[in-house]
This record gives sequence, structure tokens and C-alpha cells, in this order.
Amino acid sequence: MDRFIQVLVDGWATGSLYGALAVAVVLIYRATGIVNFAQGELAMFSTFIAWGLMQAGLPLGLAVLATLALSFVGGMLIERVIIRPVEGGEVLTLVIVTLGLYILVNSLAGWIWGFGNRAFPSLFGDGSFDVAGAAVPYESIGIVVVLIALVAILFAVFQRTKVGLAMRAVAMNPESSRLHGISVGRTLMIGWGVASLVGALAGVLIAPRLFLDVNFMGAVLIYSFAAATLGGFDSPLGALIGGWIVGIAEGLAGTYVDFIGSDLKILVPLTVILVVLLIRPTGLFGSAEVARA
Amino acid sequence: MSAKRLRPAAWGVVVLLAVLLPFFFNAYRVGQFTQAAALAIAVLGLNLLVGYSGQISLGHGAFFALGAYASAISITDLGVPYLLTLPIAGAVCALAGFLLGLPALRLRGLYLALVTLGVAIATPQIIKRADGLTGGTQGMSLDKITAPAWSGLADDQWLYFVTLAVAALMFVVAGFLVRGRVGRALVAIRDNEIAARTMGVDLARFKIGVFAVSAMYAGVGGALFTISIGFLAPESFPLALSFAFLAAIVVGGLATIGGALFGALFIEFVPVYAADVDEALAGVIYGGVLILFMYLLPGGVMGLVRRISSTKATPRGTDDAQAGAGHRLGGGAADAGAARERVRAQ
Repeated sequence: MDRFIQVLVDGWATGSLYGALAVAVVLIYRATGIVNFAQGELAMFSTFIAWGLMQAGLPLGLAVLATLALSFVGGMLIERVIIRPVEGGEVLTLVIVTLGLYILVNSLAGWIWGFGNRAFPSLFGDGSFDVAGAAVPYESIGIVVVLIALVAILFAVFQRTKVGLAMRAVAMNPESSRLHGISVGRTLMIGWGVASLVGALAGVLIAPRLFLDVNFMGAVLIYSFAAATLGGFDSPLGALIGGWIVGIAEGLAGTYVDFIGSDLKILVPLTVILVVLLIRPTGLFGSAEVARA
Repeated sequence: MSAKRLRPAAWGVVVLLAVLLPFFFNAYRVGQFTQAAALAIAVLGLNLLVGYSGQISLGHGAFFALGAYASAISITDLGVPYLLTLPIAGAVCALAGFLLGLPALRLRGLYLALVTLGVAIATPQIIKRADGLTGGTQGMSLDKITAPAWSGLADDQWLYFVTLAVAALMFVVAGFLVRGRVGRALVAIRDNEIAARTMGVDLARFKIGVFAVSAMYAGVGGALFTISIGFLAPESFPLALSFAFLAAIVVGGLATIGGALFGALFIEFVPVYAADVDEALAGVIYGGVLILFMYLLPGGVMGLVRRISSTKATPRGTDDAQAGAGHRLGGGAADAGAARERVRAQ
């Protein structure tokens, strides 16, 4: 029983991290219809920046804040320079360009920081407390709380602010938005900036649980895609809840299904993606796409 | 010279160069060219799927690995002669491609990319887990193939020619395939699925079929590649391999046959030379090239070759199956030639 609760709590926290990256993916998908395959690698790059700032002597909290700000600006720049020329193009073009970005960012990080791994400190310390015999790390609770707060803030921004309204309008119909005086380009840049910021947050939260190396987000990305698919590709709340389900399912499958063990956990997100897409392509909270000829 | 005669002439030169090649390089280089020829088969297979039919696979490394292991296991466990393992590898992969093609029918564009990406990421793990068959992380090694005495060739030259012959056969088959009814059907599916169906194209048959054929090409390529290297392990088939294949078809030119040659040479030799500078450089080049080609040269090297040859020679006749693809994909690059061909493709 202790073990069961332990698995649930761990899965919940891990799932929150998948959810975090999934939220970043969803933000860009909502705004531009692009699934950003490079999202995980951008988060990895941000995390390395945070690590670098700490090496330069900044305290953890300050390094993370600075990283979030840098990531916001970096995301805007990437949208403007790399994505803008192909925006609204063929799906294949977009997939290839974001994959190119994936490989480019991954390799650049390898070039700058090398391929070794490093420990990354947790924002929430190492302590834990006891619940029904299971040790619950403060970190897990911290992650869950941060993520719930994040989604709440995003919800408020989307529903209650002028920028959020503009972002929703642009996602729905760029031409009409432009006619209403919204700067579509700037809005999309902000969307990518926010997504990068959220991704960076995911990165610095995930890094302490794994080791920080250039490939540490590779597997996380596929879990996040599973979370986003399950939650519905255009729903941030869905992404978070999808993340929880995927995280807990992964923990349970890894612990109680002998065939899967710790080696084949990667099959969990893959199965989730396939099953959801085949049975309910809009996910749990997504809205159906309407095809117009 | 008219463009109509230019094409066979160009292929003649390629074949001549390919045949002469092993007599001018040392065994190590010949081995690299053998591997490039094997890669070319897999790249061509991916291009049939992505370039012609418009279905995105980010996971062709998985089929490449499956073919490699099918071949290696047949050789070591069943004692099948090396070359007879090629049809085995091809058949196993065709079946796997067929099976993955079934869900792919319902998954379009991005979603298919997602699923195949997942397959590519899972591949090394699955190989490790099936260690009873695959030798797990230890990997498997194969004895080098030996040249028969009558050929008078060194072992590496013999293997090169075998690989070249298989590649040539598969290129010719693919060439006939895309030039005829099948190619038109695939391009129609890519450009407008609903219209294709209205014209009587059986979507399910062609989409699954091209998946199976594409996987078969990847599998045969993987088998030949592994026979040439003589060793395989889970780490031989990382996610990066699938990305390299994608880079290869973009460099060579989407929806082209000859592009696979350029693409394969690119992904065989770029890492070799890039590694001298930095371990990460090959990745930087791949990533950069993927992005830059989509902006500047969406038709790839073959698109460039065509553009040059068509400005010199009289414009070619109707070859829409090949013409449209690259240009449609272009975000920014627009020149007179592209615009003209775009009109024709519609």
C-alpha cells in the first residue's frame, strides 16, 4: 500500500512536469497551428542557461528568473527569425523546420556545454514528509503547486487581458484580427515567448529529477506529446490533466506490469498517443477541428 | 542537348562513376561508399513515402533497424546466406510497414509525425529489451562477406558491387513506380486527398501500400548497411538516424528519385568530416540545412539541377509527378520557374 501511494505521488509530480512541457506545446499549437517539435530542446537549452548562470555565481532563484526572462525573449526571436517565413505553409514544411530547430538546438548545446551530464539543484530542497507511510518529497508538492498556479495564470491571461484576447483572436482568424487592428506578428511572437518561458520552467523543474544533459528532454517530449494529445491539443488545462494521467499511468505500468519494467516505459506514451488519436482525436478537452474546403 | 536526352545521359554518368569508384579508393573509403549506397536505398524509400505520398514519417530509423536485425539474426541464428537475408529483411519490414500503415490511415500530417517520432524514440529500448534475439546492449557482430574467387575482386569491392546492384535495381523499380499510375495516384493523394478520392484513387490501398514499400526499402537498406559495417547494437539506431534520413530527402529533393543519391552521400560523409571539428557539428549542419533548404532550396539539390538544366535546354514536357513537389513546399523561394510549374501542377 505504501508503495502504491508512493507510485501515485511520484507519478503525479512527474506527470506535472510532462504537463508543463505539454502546456508549452499547446500554447504554440493554439496560436499558430504548429506542433513545435523543438519545444523540449528549447527547454533543455534554457535549463543549461540557468546552470551556466549558477556557475557564474548567481543564486538558484535568481538564475531561474533570469532564465525565464531570457527564454521569453529567445522564443520571440525564434518566432520572428525562423518560423515567420514559413508560417501558414504546408504541414510538411513546418514539421521539417521545427525538426531542424530541434536538431540545431540540441547540437548547439552539445557544442557549447558538451555531452556529459551534471546535477541540477531542486528549487524546493531535498526534504520530504510522511503521508500514510509514503515519503512525499517537498519537491513533488512544489511542482504540482507551481503547475496549477501556472495554468491558472495562463487562464486568467487568456480570458481576462487584452493580450490574451488578441492571442485567441489571432489563433482563430488572423485576417480578421489584422483588420481589427491587432498586430498579428507581435501577438504570435508573444505566444512563442510565453511558450518558451513555460518550457524553461518545465526544464528547470525536470532537471533535478533526471540529470541535466543535452538529451534529457528527448524522452520527456514524447511524454508531453502524449499529455497534449490526451488533453486535447488546444487546451492548456487538458495538457496538465493529460500530463497527470500519463505520469501516473507510467508509474503504475513501470511498477506493476513486469513486461514493461523500467526499460519499456516509453511504450506508455506511445500507446496513449495511438489510442487517443484513433479513438478520440480531439482528446479529453480539445475542440474538434472544422475542415473548410 | 534536349532535356529529354539529358536525363539518361546524366544517369549514365552516375552509373559509370559508381562502377569505376572502387578501383580508385582504398578499402576504407570503398566501405563508406558501400554504406552510402545502402543508405540511399533507405532514403529513397522514405522519399517515396514523404515526398510522393505526403505522409510524414520521423521513424524510418526503426524500419532500418528492423531490417538490419532481421538480416543479422537470419545470418547468425539460422545460417541463411548473406544475400538471401535481403528478401527476408525486406519482407519483414514490408509487413511492419503495412501494420504501421493501418493506423496511419487515420492519422494525418502532424499526428502521423508524432506517432512515428515515438516509434523512433522507442526503437533502441525495444531492441535492448528483446535481448534474447538481438544480443541486447552487447550487440551482434557479423563476419565480413568474402568475394568469390571468380570475380577477381577484393572483399570490399565485391560487397560494394553487390550493394550497388541491389541499389540500382531498387532505384529502377522506384523510378517506374512513380512515373506511372501509382506515382500519379500518390501525388494526387498528397496534393488533395478529397480530389484524389473523387478521381477514383483508392486511398487506403495506396497509402498503406506506399508505407509497406517504403518500409521494405528502409529494411533492405538497413540489412546491407549492417552487412557492410559488420556490427550492430541498439545504439546504432538512435533517433538521430531517423532525423538524418529526413535531412537526406530534404537535401536531395523531396519527390525525386535521384535526390536519394545526394542525400545518402550527404549523411554518410558529413558526419565523417564534421567529427574532425566537433562531435556536435554534424547535428548543427543537419539542423541548419533542414531549415535553410526549406527557405532557399525547397526542391533540394535535384531541384537546383533541374532549374539549371531547364534554363539551358528547352523546357521539359509534362513531368508533373516530379515537378510540383518541391515548389509547393516552399515558404519563401519564388522564382519564375517555380511559379510556372506551380501553375502547371494545379
